[in-house]
Amino acid sequence: MLEFMEGSHAVAEIVKRCRPQVISAYPITPQTHIVEDLAQMVANCELDAEYITVESEFSALSACLGASAAGSRVYSATTSQGLALMFEVCFNVAGMRQPIVMTIANRSLGAPLSIWNDQQDSISLRDSGWLQFYAEDNQETADLHMIAYKVCEDHDILLPAFVCFDGFILTHTYEPVSLPTQEEVDAYLPAFTPYQRLDAANPLSMGMYATPEYYMEFRYEIDRAMQRARQSFIKAGREFGEQFGRDYSGLVEGYRLEDADTALIAMGSICGTVKDAIDEMRDAGKKVGLLKIRTYRPFPAPEIVDALKGVSTVAVLDKNISLGNGGAVGTEVKSALYGSGVTVYDYIIALGGRDVRKRDIAAVVDLAEKGKGDMFYGLRTEVL
Amino acid sequence: MALRVGCAAPPGRARDNKTGTWRVFKPVFDPETCNRCGMCAMVCPEGCVRETEEGTFEPDLDYCKGCGICEEICPKKSIRMEKEEK
Amino acid sequence: MTAAELIAFAAFEGGAYAQAFPAFGVERRGAPVQAFVRFSDAKIRLRSQIYEPDYIIVQDSTLIGDVNVFMGMRAGGIAIVNTEKPDFDSRVPEGVKVYTVDATTIALEELGVPITNTTLMGAFAAATGEIGLEPLKHALQRRFSGSMAEKNIRAAERAYNLIGGAA
Repeated sequence: MLEFMEGSHAVAEIVKRCRPQVISAYPITPQTHIVEDLAQMVANCELDAEYITVESEFSALSACLGASAAGSRVYSATTSQGLALMFEVCFNVAGMRQPIVMTIANRSLGAPLSIWNDQQDSISLRDSGWLQFYAEDNQETADLHMIAYKVCEDHDILLPAFVCFDGFILTHTYEPVSLPTQEEVDAYLPAFTPYQRLDAANPLSMGMYATPEYYMEFRYEIDRAMQRARQSFIKAGREFGEQFGRDYSGLVEGYRLEDADTALIAMGSICGTVKDAIDEMRDAGKKVGLLKIRTYRPFPAPEIVDALKGVSTVAVLDKNISLGNGGAVGTEVKSALYGSGVTVYDYIIALGGRDVRKRDIAAVVDLAEKGKGDMFYGLRTEVL
Repeated sequence: MALRVGCAAPPGRARDNKTGTWRVFKPVFDPETCNRCGMCAMVCPEGCVRETEEGTFEPDLDYCKGCGICEEICPKKSIRMEKEEK
Repeated sequence: MTAAELIAFAAFEGGAYAQAFPAFGVERRGAPVQAFVRFSDAKIRLRSQIYEPDYIIVQDSTLIGDVNVFMGMRAGGIAIVNTEKPDFDSRVPEGVKVYTVDATTIALEELGVPITNTTLMGAFAAATGEIGLEPLKHALQRRFSGSMAEKNIRAAERAYNLIGGAA
């Protein structure tokens, strides 16, 4: 049944139904409504979880890591500066193969200080070993949380995940969402059985020191788990579709791509605006399509190559910049398409919450078709 | 206009933002009944109450947002919040 | 922001697909804020801010001097302005109809606080015809409880009837 609610509230409601046993989170705009809602639920005894209040995000993720290692299903949420503060712990969580699910309410990183949306925060941790999923709307955001726990807790995977949705654009937007019942979630997501846990009766240490003889092989194992996560996600996404009627078996998803000459590639809420823009361009006779990336890590290189057969020009919309080297998604797409003959252009767009209109999407397509790319789109040169 | 390196900015810009336009209610101070205790100036969250030469107090209506804390605290009921004609 | 959310919710309760979101993120009262609402029979995918509104609600008429609140409106559009003065200098584009309502006073009288969102919701419903009075009341009953719901319904209905007379 569809209900009208704020994106953050939908996330809190779905996380509650995922039955986390420990939550530790620190409030930060634009994630605050999520953690406030969850704290309220715990206080009201609607959610039977241990809520550990801490003084910073570093402590929040550290508490989550400890709780997860002790065998609990754990949840946290953060963004931007908060995620940056968790940097060290993120690598430890993945290295210790703890299946923590954390919502990232995507927000730009300072300096200059900004509370508005772009995807720099989560993308900047693309090397950390966390799976990364990006949602186009609040329904997908809610659904991806359930799928994330299922994939992460698979004993073949045992990796943490970021479920990313755009700050303000999705977090603070009210729109219809269909929330499953507790029974329906329980049917999809069984109780957490840890692969191993800290237990005084059977003591073990986790995250120990590794000499040069072993370190590389540990990292290789994590990378292999990442690669296995592709199939695990496809399976979990298909099962989700069978139970709930919304299929998530695609690591990527095409929109009007079948006979497209030019393809846009994007992640997150911008895909909604892109789809409307594509419909307008198609009505005007242009053959344009969208390839939406849903899982950024593991990077769906083979799926991207496969989906873009027949496309001659690709315009990647990057809501981030790897300073000194262009957009992260664009760079990785170019790498995936190396040797294929497809021309790929990268557009840095919408940083710091700058609004993107349908006309901007059309302008990007125009630029790409004219052979102009690898640039900041919409730069206000008058303020430079 | 060049963007300043380091996103740096000089102080004092907040003064340009005349928050007085935000208010719905305006404080009216009566110097006749004022006992000069100074509590209003102390509690104003915006620093918008200043002492006059006579030792009584008046609001800075350029910035006063009309929160009414001064009316609340005044022991002599010497301050009244009134709906402002805009 | 709550005015936008309430209008969108009423539209949703009426069977539409609705979307409501703020422009500025800072969550505090008193500062100038902008919020957007879309409603449609079809799913809304568009996420950009609204640049060519069909309708605009101005909760604080003092903004009209500083900001072109009516920018992008075309002939046939409707503006609802909260002001005590029906003859204020509205600077409204050609072909846009303006309705004024002293929502602050109505809110103060019915709710005891100058929070105008539900009052303006009633004005919006009457001026545009996009939301019926019954779905509006139903939405308010869903969002507020007990006496709060009653008070907000009274405020909304007063504005609705005032505008309804002028529409």
